[in-house]
Amino acid sequence: MKKRTIIYVTVYVTVIAAVCAAVLLAQDKDITGLIVGNGGAKPALAVVDFRGAGDAQPLMDAFNKTLYNDLQSSALFDLKPKSSFPLNNPQQPSDLRPEDGNQGYALKDWSAAPTSASHLVFGYTAVQNGVLVLYGYVYDVRQPIQSAQLLFDRLADSPDEAGATRLGHKFASDIIAKFGGASLLGSRIYFTSDRGATGKYGTEIWVMDWDGNNQKQLTHLGGQVAYPAISPDGSRLAVTIWPAGGQPQIDMINTDTGRAIPFYNQKASLNAAATFTPDGTRVFYSSSASGTAQIYTAALDGRGFSRVTSTRGNPSEPKVNPKNPDALLFVDGSPNEQIYRMNAEGAGIERVTNGEGEASNPAWNPDGQHVAYAWTRGYQAGDFNIFVIDIGAPEKYIQLTHSEGKNENPVWAPDGAHLVFSSTRARKTSQIFSMLADGSQVKQLTTQGINKYPVWGVK
Amino acid sequence: MTTTWLQNRNLTLTASAFVALALFAAGCGKHTPVPPPPPPPTGGNQTAPATAAPGSPTATLTAEPSRIEAGQTANLSWTTTNANDVSINNGIGTVAASGRQAITPMETTTYTLTANGPNGSVRATATVTITSPPPPPAPVTRPSVPTASLESRVQSDLKDAFFDYDAVNIREDARVALMADADALKRILSDFPNAVVNVEGHCDERGSAEYNLGLGDRRASSARDFLVQMGVPAAKLRTISYGKERPQCTEADEACYQKNRRAHMSAGQ
Repeated sequence: MKKRTIIYVTVYVTVIAAVCAAVLLAQDKDITGLIVGNGGAKPALAVVDFRGAGDAQPLMDAFNKTLYNDLQSSALFDLKPKSSFPLNNPQQPSDLRPEDGNQGYALKDWSAAPTSASHLVFGYTAVQNGVLVLYGYVYDVRQPIQSAQLLFDRLADSPDEAGATRLGHKFASDIIAKFGGASLLGSRIYFTSDRGATGKYGTEIWVMDWDGNNQKQLTHLGGQVAYPAISPDGSRLAVTIWPAGGQPQIDMINTDTGRAIPFYNQKASLNAAATFTPDGTRVFYSSSASGTAQIYTAALDGRGFSRVTSTRGNPSEPKVNPKNPDALLFVDGSPNEQIYRMNAEGAGIERVTNGEGEASNPAWNPDGQHVAYAWTRGYQAGDFNIFVIDIGAPEKYIQLTHSEGKNENPVWAPDGAHLVFSSTRARKTSQIFSMLADGSQVKQLTTQGINKYPVWGVK
Repeated sequence: MTTTWLQNRNLTLTASAFVALALFAAGCGKHTPVPPPPPPPTGGNQTAPATAAPGSPTATLTAEPSRIEAGQTANLSWTTTNANDVSINNGIGTVAASGRQAITPMETTTYTLTANGPNGSVRATATVTITSPPPPPAPVTRPSVPTASLESRVQSDLKDAFFDYDAVNIREDARVALMADADALKRILSDFPNAVVNVEGHCDERGSAEYNLGLGDRRASSARDFLVQMGVPAAKLRTISYGKERPQCTEADEACYQKNRRAHMSAGQ
């Protein structure tokens, strides 16, 4: 099994590399820009294994793994392999000395080959007065000792594995922020799951940390739930629910309590798939109030609604540009679904995708420029893969997944560098995965039950 | 009773024919200026003219048949002599000296003909009796409590209507299925007068979930509209789109896709 996985990953990486190199050379800079900010070389971090004094030592494995994973998945850094490190490492600034003959206590021992780091992350923990205390440092190893300190954190948490894990997340978050990145710490992924639901088709909303930890059931609505959207402040979810035997309607959910907030549904056979405006004051959604499904907009309580589209097709998935409230993407057919753009009044409709296959699930990057979407181009109808385009040049696209099951519903993380999506690659049931904007660092976040329709909230 | 009446009638006819023949034979033998009037009838529907002095008016009035059901038609026939003013009551009014008129009384009615002449007047009456129709057969009795539940009836009696890929039009096999469904639905709705039946629209797994929700809604509406055209009350049908959220099967092949592209009926709540 393990061997197959390795082969699988090797093939996958090779395919990505080939596609990226051969086809996408021109756009490579754009996507790299999404991941590392404004381009340029990534900071090269040497992250030592922290040790704990006395009772703290057994907790350090959890801390070190968390710190390393968070820094790596931020995609902001080039993490240097530990095998290239010197024999020793400092645990506190007083350990540092100007020269150490490559033994590890001099900063230049880290900047020189073979480590070739730009920054050193070090420190230690100890249990002090019943709490686990972290002393964490980041030094620019290319500077003299007195001007090398970039970050010093003194953080405390409970003296157990959970506390050590939280310390790892917090320290990583502070490092990411120091380098100008948006930390995913505190962000959460909401999704639908059949776990804990009632009835043959029942689903509920579940929530997990951005790295897949702390999965728990948020709602107990007792029906079938789908198509969640998260408000920009992360305080509420708009979901589509089929009450037992009833027509699909929109429910607004408080993300703290999991309970429904009143939302007025028009008298119609369907009200569904609501999304929020960037300022969080309104929703766009589909309703069949006028006969066939069309896009409407309404206030957060569902009142003050008005119709936006009047197309002959089947308009759905209205998504407002986070940087421009008058620019929407939506999906329409038929015969085959494509992504279109229009303004907030439903005028100026233009097709964005090139007409091939079925294109759907448009998701704006927080930069208002890049769009991830699901597309069947090159595959059979229904075999979706995740693609990214620059809305300014939509004819150029980057393919991030490559026909490993159906890959759908891509949504950007608040950092604009990560994506979460659903895929049937794992045992044929839909599960939630995350990846970087270049298709690398694919991580399976769920394994139990059937999980779909992820969205990434700031909290 | 009917048989007896018919036999009597035959006898009467036979007797009348005999009398007529006898009269004819007599007429051939010697000339008689005025034949005697016929004997008075035994039935109550005809009155013979009163025996009167020469020159006095005479009148006969006959209703045939004399017994009808309400709504049926009988014929009044009359003859008069020595009269210059002949009328019949019950809305008929002045008539010719002899004639025939169809009548459709709704209840038993006695018609009276009055003939006035220079030498007096005479009356004749005829009664049309309205008989009651036989009672209808007893209505078909239905069990007051249906033997099968609404859910099981909907499940067993109603068939799915299938659609082409990304299409909402009713194709031929769906038309056949929905016509049978319309008949079955009428029976079900008459047994369950308060029931509402859901017309569900479903899609195959291709296409995005959100897009398929709209497509399923249009399929459900399309099937609903067809059933309404076939006489199923629109108020008893409720469309629900499930898009691709409730598949019948999950294999990635056309056989399974086709099973999922359907309008399906379920018991409403």
